[in-house]
Amino acid sequence: MFQVRIHGRGGQGVVSAAEMLSVAAFLEGRHAQAFPSFGSERMGAPVMAFCRIDGKEIRLREPVMSPDALIIQDPTLLHQVDLFSGVTTEGLILINSTRSFAELGIGEFVAGFHPDLLCTVPATELALKHVGRPLPNAALLGGFAAVCEQVKLESVLAAIREKFSGKVAEGNVAAAREAFEIVLKEREEAGHHA
Amino acid sequence: MLKQTEGSHAIAESVALCRPEVICAYPITPQTHIVEGLGEMVKAGDLANCEFINVESEFAALSVAIGASAAGARTYTATASQGLLFMAEAVYNAAGLGLPIVMTIGNRAIGAPINIWNDHTDSMSMRDAGWIQLYAETNQEAADLHIQAFRLAEELSMPVMVCVDGFILTHAYERIDVPTQEQVDAYLPPFEPRQVLDTHEPVSIGAMVGPEAFMEVRYLAHHKQMRALELIPQLSAEFKQVFGRDSGGLIRTYRAEDAKTIVVALGSVNGTIKDVIDELRDEGYAIGAASIVSFRPFPSDELHELLSHAKRLVVIEKSLAVGIGGIVSHNLRMALSGISLHAYTVVAGLGGRAITKSSLRSLFEKALRDELEPLTFLDLNQAAIDRELAREQAQRRSGPSAENILRDLGIR
Repeated sequence: MFQVRIHGRGGQGVVSAAEMLSVAAFLEGRHAQAFPSFGSERMGAPVMAFCRIDGKEIRLREPVMSPDALIIQDPTLLHQVDLFSGVTTEGLILINSTRSFAELGIGEFVAGFHPDLLCTVPATELALKHVGRPLPNAALLGGFAAVCEQVKLESVLAAIREKFSGKVAEGNVAAAREAFEIVLKEREEAGHHA
Repeated sequence: MLKQTEGSHAIAESVALCRPEVICAYPITPQTHIVEGLGEMVKAGDLANCEFINVESEFAALSVAIGASAAGARTYTATASQGLLFMAEAVYNAAGLGLPIVMTIGNRAIGAPINIWNDHTDSMSMRDAGWIQLYAETNQEAADLHIQAFRLAEELSMPVMVCVDGFILTHAYERIDVPTQEQVDAYLPPFEPRQVLDTHEPVSIGAMVGPEAFMEVRYLAHHKQMRALELIPQLSAEFKQVFGRDSGGLIRTYRAEDAKTIVVALGSVNGTIKDVIDELRDEGYAIGAASIVSFRPFPSDELHELLSHAKRLVVIEKSLAVGIGGIVSHNLRMALSGISLHAYTVVAGLGGRAITKSSLRSLFEKALRDELEPLTFLDLNQAAIDRELAREQAQRRSGPSAENILRDLGIR
């Protein structure tokens, strides 16, 4: 079973991101379970959502406490909330940021991690560019498809089109595509350095 | 058709396929998405011959449902928590009048302290109101139980609550097999009321009944529930014939055949329990589980049969009968008549406290060694309690407990 935890703030589409990821996995014939953990239902408050993906029915109902992957929609949470709880050095971390892990002040923390599983993508900027609103969730899922073998980009795009419609859907699809390319490139570069 | 969707949405689709004629509701978390979904379908014209009535409170919601049902309309509503308490008088009336309303409960704690998260305190508070109560383990079952609920309600002329764990199920996206209209039509015939307010054949419903007949009317309600004990398995079997999957029934067992230790619970926590049972089975422990789907009527005979060969019973309860312990455990006591076993009550998951696999595992290991107390509160923060108790002992005006504990925990 593959477990993903998504962190962000109320209003950033954290819950929708987990839902779209579960739809993407479903479209590939997998079982998936997405659910929120509403701390407090306020705009801007820290929010978590979870997604589990497996080849068989998922019966477990506990929150994701040992995630295989972490998606961080808002880097300002990095030093506020215990985002990395339960993550091991085998974990995948994708952060919405224009900065590197070192610049974000967590270079030391991730020193033992696999460098090609540590990615950043400027998802807010991509969302502003393609959708006109700073909602980074769809772009992050595009980036996620580039680093995580659990879902293909095509499935993520289909899930985005299921969640949104019309221009907003197409804008988010474009943002997800560009994020996918950025993360692919980033990983290639990380590979060269490794 | 298979789809990946939110539990609430799956329930809304399922209810819509039952061709309800009146839906009345007042929003309350975590049930809101269900009636919002139905409201959208009515507005879009996808639900023919159905009126969606916005009301001013939960009391009004169920009162309107009572009127609509008495007038012969297939009627649906949904609520949770404080909303169910606010409609309490009408809850008893719907049952006493024998009106086949179906109501979803998005199970949520009851305040104070105010809490929006899941436990079973709300539906448990109405367990003796005369409604049938069914508890869903998954979203597939939540969707399926509504179809069976209308059939059961109308067959017996009795209201049915379908209890669905708030957030854990209502807000979870899962794979759901949504039935076709043809399947539901084949299973659920049009509503033919046993009693109806009809201008052509006028009757009155809701007479005052004195000591000469009140007992008899109440007894008949009990008699109907005893009939439901036969009907529920039949309807579940018939459901399987039409829809091709197991759903509903009175109880559902898991690896229980030769189990010496049996875990009993209601609702979604059974999924996590099954995962833990698999682990312990792999290690050679004779442990199994049973999910009570029908809490009212209470399947005493089935549980008696199940537990007659067990040595230990662990009841996981998402509600607390303050001052005595567990509600499900006390109901189970009747079924244990003549059986000698170690019975453990575990209150867990109150107010949305996560019930984790690792906590359940340590708990079951303790039970297997017969080291559990008769009443346990799973993952209780004893240090926080001791601190508050010490404060109460130290000063008369120790202040409000909830606020004190939150401050101790560094929250807010």
